[in-house]
Amino acid sequence: MIIEKSAVAGTLESSDAQVTVEPAENGIELEISSSVMNQYGRQIKATVLETLDRLDVKNGRVTVVDKGALDCTLKARVECAVFRSCGQSDKNIPWGGAIK
Amino acid sequence: MKNAVGRDIPEFLLKDGREVYQGKNYMDGKYLQKAAPRTRRYEKPQESKLVDSIVDALKQVGAKSGMTFSFHHHLRNGDFVVNMVMQAAIEELGLDNITIAATSLGEAHDPVAQYIEEGKVVGIQTSGIRGKIGEVVSAGKLKTPAIIRSHGGRPRAIEAGEVHIDIAVVAAPTSDCVGNCRGIGGKSNCGSLGYAMTDAKYADHVIVVTDCLVDFPNMPASVEAIDVDAVVVVDSIGNPKKIASAAARISQNPRDLMMAENVAKVIASTPYFKEGFSFQTGVGGPSLAANLFLEKYMDERGIKMGWAIGGICGPMVEMLKKGKVGKVIDVQDFDLDAVNSINQTPGHFEMSASQYANPANKGAFVNKLDFVVLAALEIDTGFNVNVLTGSDGVLRGAPGGHPDTAAGSKCCIIVTPLVRGRMATVCKNVVTVTTPGDCVDVLVTDYGIAVNPLRPDLIKCLDDAGIPHVTIESLQEKAYSLVGTPDDLEWEDKVVAVLEARDGTILDVVRKIKPLKL
Repeated sequence: MIIEKSAVAGTLESSDAQVTVEPAENGIELEISSSVMNQYGRQIKATVLETLDRLDVKNGRVTVVDKGALDCTLKARVECAVFRSCGQSDKNIPWGGAIK
Repeated sequence: MKNAVGRDIPEFLLKDGREVYQGKNYMDGKYLQKAAPRTRRYEKPQESKLVDSIVDALKQVGAKSGMTFSFHHHLRNGDFVVNMVMQAAIEELGLDNITIAATSLGEAHDPVAQYIEEGKVVGIQTSGIRGKIGEVVSAGKLKTPAIIRSHGGRPRAIEAGEVHIDIAVVAAPTSDCVGNCRGIGGKSNCGSLGYAMTDAKYADHVIVVTDCLVDFPNMPASVEAIDVDAVVVVDSIGNPKKIASAAARISQNPRDLMMAENVAKVIASTPYFKEGFSFQTGVGGPSLAANLFLEKYMDERGIKMGWAIGGICGPMVEMLKKGKVGKVIDVQDFDLDAVNSINQTPGHFEMSASQYANPANKGAFVNKLDFVVLAALEIDTGFNVNVLTGSDGVLRGAPGGHPDTAAGSKCCIIVTPLVRGRMATVCKNVVTVTTPGDCVDVLVTDYGIAVNPLRPDLIKCLDDAGIPHVTIESLQEKAYSLVGTPDDLEWEDKVVAVLEARDGTILDVVRKIKPLKL
């Protein structure tokens, strides 16, 4: 998928994560801040990159402000932000396919 | 050297006879030489000890650089006194090299962080360490490692002379002109002044700071004029709204209530639950709610509680007034109902921190305690509890009376949700051991109950009562399956805080955290 415009998903509530995606050209630029960075920073990074890979996103600036979200929440917020960024969040969402 | 809870204590801390933690009751029977203060004689009759300002009081008692100042934390997050005195000492008198020995420090004392960064405050000895002070100490900015003690460990250390207090400052809701202090009758009331009592007896000099001067004699006095050098009247010693909450309300959260009900069930299944039993509970959601369910079991069996101790709040005062508990003895009050009851409601008494929890005296109240219900930031599969450091490794808590009541009581119950957000409360290894696992008996979580294998007698009690329980390992695995296995924290070598066991041995150290950079 191609990130066409800036899009956001998620909140700054405790146990949620706010994911912002923006168009970019040279691969994935990932920035993560997290209230649980010291213990889960690596896992958050892996989850976000894996989700982007599954959605076939090759380029984009991705900012994650994590407030202790579980992996399932992180995945959902990344997926939603990406789909919103290319105007595909209203119909034909590939449940069970690219979105697991 | 590794101690009895498996923590590696650096050799440089093990000097002057200091030992690593050896297990519960290790110091039993040993002798202690008490350290006496050097105090000034006031033989010539004084009409009044009032001085105009804190600066004047500090000058009168000979405040100098390098001294140790003590404070007590009954004004909790509403306290103005620590900051006022430190400002006078450092900014007005130009003192430095100061050690603050407080019974606890919180967000109210954020301005002290600046003095630590400037190198003016070089030592911190406390139970609670939170807010900005916790952050700067964790960042390694305090010149010497902070010393963290329990509420019982502190009076022990003071009496043993390990902490010598040059100037004790008593924040007094009321005082008369010669320094008889009480925690009630003024405009910033806090009830008990239990933590100030040992300090006042063992300090070389005592300054009373009050915002309500009352007629002599202010009786019955918690801190007595015979120990006081000077009295200062200020506009306000604290923000009453933050000193005592209106009323500690019992949680309506169904998860808290479920855990509280299980706590009560566990208590009711033991042989200690009989006429005249004794009890302490914290004021956290599920701990406080346990009161409610316990009352039900007491009514069913037709028994009454003999006495309760602690930090006290409204629900316990209610039980006292209803005649369901014989006596309430407290070292600190958490809400206005408790503040307004101490020394007023028949059977509601005040006690000192030493009387409450000191392991080196001849019998503190905690030693006669049947049950204590406590919370935890983390508990590991060895039943070791952490209530000091966040799971990110930053100082943001307080051992308080946790290690003392856990060690003294016959049945110590920890009640905590299995996970908080993404943090696994039940984990493989706590960040810092504040209460050793050999003092903790039962864990109640929202996903099940676990009993310490050191207590086969309690396991039998639960089995006989048909209360299901699981291993603590299975609870830890459940937690990790929900939130993922956390990475180990990474530390630098620098020790930023030393965690003393209540008996004075070293239980753990906190090192400077190495933040993860991705």
